[in-house]
Amino acid sequence: MKQIVSILLVAAIGILIFSALYFSDETLKFNEYGNVNLDDRVSEKYIDKSVNGNTEEIIFGETQNAESGSANMVTSVVVNYRSFDTLGEVTVLFVSALGVGLLLNGKRKRKNLKDAPNFILKQGARIIFGIMVVFGVYMFIHGHITPGGGFPGGAIIAASILLLYLSDDEFRVKLSAAKAVESTAGSLYVIVGLLGIVLAGYFLQNFLPTGTVGEVISSGVIPIVYMLIGLKVGSELSSVIDGFLTEEVEG
Amino acid sequence: MIQYFSIVLMLVGIYGLLSQRNVIKLIAALNIFEIGLNLFIVSIGFVKDGLVPILTSNNESSAMLYVDPLPHALVLTSIVIGVGVTALALALAKKMHDKYGTYDMDEMGGK
Repeated sequence: MKQIVSILLVAAIGILIFSALYFSDETLKFNEYGNVNLDDRVSEKYIDKSVNGNTEEIIFGETQNAESGSANMVTSVVVNYRSFDTLGEVTVLFVSALGVGLLLNGKRKRKNLKDAPNFILKQGARIIFGIMVVFGVYMFIHGHITPGGGFPGGAIIAASILLLYLSDDEFRVKLSAAKAVESTAGSLYVIVGLLGIVLAGYFLQNFLPTGTVGEVISSGVIPIVYMLIGLKVGSELSSVIDGFLTEEVEG
Repeated sequence: MIQYFSIVLMLVGIYGLLSQRNVIKLIAALNIFEIGLNLFIVSIGFVKDGLVPILTSNNESSAMLYVDPLPHALVLTSIVIGVGVTALALALAKKMHDKYGTYDMDEMGGK
């Protein structure tokens, strides 16, 4: 009975969505897939880096002191043009990690793994752990010139911590260290924003020279902010993993 | 085509949310719904024959045709918030299991 009612409701919602998007009047109709004119959209300004009225073409490896020096346009939207949104997003992630910490609190110890890991597994996982951490750091340092950035880099670091948890039944993250990294990175992000007010006039405004598009040391505060985000996300997700793989000790 | 697929994925998620009583299945349904929505938002930004919106040594000019970077940035935000919500929901589910010994919401009410 419940299934039938759900199917009817879902069918009603589906008909509503499809008819509103694809079968309504010509004026209200949704753009066909792929048939988009970017000149109608604000994104055109983000691609040309012309929000402040710059009209020159941006060339990889040549253009200097562009408005946002990031070669990766998604990064320039996330950490430069809309950095305030990202600060809110990082705050949401912080609050959810705080909630997990509050719910799974108390004195805790590791859960026993079903099969005790042997020597080869432990040592092999440690070697892979080092490579994964280096890759995660590479990812958030190069967030402005290659795909990736702070969030995937932090997630890769947290995944390397998860690998250690699964391969070693005595390993635990030092929670105090994770919290110290997290709070330092979070406060430094806000401090970078406040420095923007002092030096450039707006919160989170870029106040460093943006350099040549496509070089590692370029685009002002973007690499700094992405590094802070990467450290923050990595330590937050590591403490969440710790909450799920431990159990409360009685008494 | 991918837009139809992502809307169908969203509908699958809504069906799961409406019909299931197991907390873990509800969280999975929420995630399916979210993935469908994210795919849909990304598909809005697709431009036919557009390049990946990153300047490299192969496509070095901003005058070339790129796909829309703004939906990608919004979906990046949405994915991270989804991870946070899922982690919190799973922690709540674990707490419920500790208290009632079951993940089923119907059985929880009886105790």
